[in-house]
Amino acid sequence: MLELFTAGFFLRALAGGALIALTAALVGVFIVLRRQAMIGDGIAHVSIAGVALGFLINLYPIGVGLAFAVAASLAIEALRRAYRTYAELSIAIIMAGGIALASLFFTVGMGFSVNVTSYLFGSIYTLDDTDLAVIAAITAVVLAFAFVFQKELFLLAFDEDAAAVNGLPVRVFNVLVSVLTAFVISAAIKIVGALLVSALLTIPAACALAMARSFRQALGLAVAAGELAVLLGLCVAGWWNLAPGGTVVLLLIAMLALALATRKLRV
Amino acid sequence: MALAAEPADCHRPVVELDNVSFSFGGRTVIDGLSLTVRERDFVGIIGPNGSGKTTLLRLIVGLLRPGGGTVRLFGEPAERFRDWHLIGYVPQRKAFNPLFPATVREVVLSGLYGRRKLFRRITRTDQARCSDALEVLGIADLESRRIGALSGGQQQRVFLARALIASPRLLILDEPTAGVDEETQDNFFGLLRHMHQKHNMTFLMVTHDTDRVCSYLGREPEATSGRLSFYVRHSHGLEDCAETDLLHTLRMKEG
Repeated sequence: MLELFTAGFFLRALAGGALIALTAALVGVFIVLRRQAMIGDGIAHVSIAGVALGFLINLYPIGVGLAFAVAASLAIEALRRAYRTYAELSIAIIMAGGIALASLFFTVGMGFSVNVTSYLFGSIYTLDDTDLAVIAAITAVVLAFAFVFQKELFLLAFDEDAAAVNGLPVRVFNVLVSVLTAFVISAAIKIVGALLVSALLTIPAACALAMARSFRQALGLAVAAGELAVLLGLCVAGWWNLAPGGTVVLLLIAMLALALATRKLRV
Repeated sequence: MALAAEPADCHRPVVELDNVSFSFGGRTVIDGLSLTVRERDFVGIIGPNGSGKTTLLRLIVGLLRPGGGTVRLFGEPAERFRDWHLIGYVPQRKAFNPLFPATVREVVLSGLYGRRKLFRRITRTDQARCSDALEVLGIADLESRRIGALSGGQQQRVFLARALIASPRLLILDEPTAGVDEETQDNFFGLLRHMHQKHNMTFLMVTHDTDRVCSYLGREPEATSGRLSFYVRHSHGLEDCAETDLLHTLRMKEG
């Protein structure tokens, strides 16, 4: 059994998982603070439609999924501006559209349903070198963006009006953040699957928000929670032969419960 | 209708609204409003709920575009205005998420994050300015507290510190005293009055608080538009135009 932990596919899974945990937690803190926790679900469901189309026309499914995800994120951002007070409404609309489109593609090409299931629930053990390269590139872009614009992102999350009055190009930032969120989600789908992707974004952030006093601390705690859950979850799942995506998410929920409980005790 | 207080050459117009209108879903909120705020004016805008006070401020700072008319800031048409660091903005206190993980220091420093700071790191000078702003407002001991854990009066000072850290020439306040107790309001207003009298700053404040505003700005509004009333007080005579210094502590570090 121990040879599992040195097997190439498992090491690739760990590497991919570690990278995604990092970016998903960073992006997650930002979208949770902007009351857009559902955005992950919305974009993921549209992305699945892209994946399905990718199989149908025989193109790299993650790539097509990515294109769909970016389009969805831009549409959500546009709708968010149109319905300012109902940010979640835009996500609900986009999500419904994504599922509808995906189900359409499913029925057109009945033969590929097995592969699509792997995108719904994740297939981290089938990461190949191309997938890893894509994930690494996305991680690099997200990290660079977060590092260069950490001040501006803080202000944008805390007080978008103040950011605008300070003269920051708020619209440009919002669009860039949406696109990066789409990147992260498309990559994360391969790890935990479209149905669970939003957990990877939002639960580390929720853990961090239960404990953090500063923004910096919140980012650090979210990344720590995400990494712990993904790495530990993959090992546990590998050892007992459980579904990796589900194990990771259940671990995250357990950690959140723990974080909330310790906060109760402290106060 | 111009709200000029002692129109003198050295007291340039800071905010000029010319026949500005704004409608929201078919309802006209602001109808042909013209207003000139000059350097060192303290303008109090009073009106009942729904009279367009906040809309007016949002039009001035560019968060909304007027349906008609023009807005000029520091002589520049608002859509071409780039010197946003000249403007400090104190939002309604209830506008932020009280559970947001941000320390007082993080919030105050964010007053510096504008176009000029893009691609730049926070320097030691910035940190020193932040410490000064915290010191000036008497909240230095709160700097590592989470903003949501503070009292209303303390939060008010944090937002004022954030607005002041970039040494603005124009300070815009949106109902800054809403929801805090009387004593805190007195302190806060005293602070604003001091800044108005001693420093080269212009104030534009929306408020419900008729009593405090009138005690400083006078009983009679300079002008009205719709249900909005504008109370104005100018702080200096002509001889003071060659200004010496503003927020002393803040400014010295900048030199």
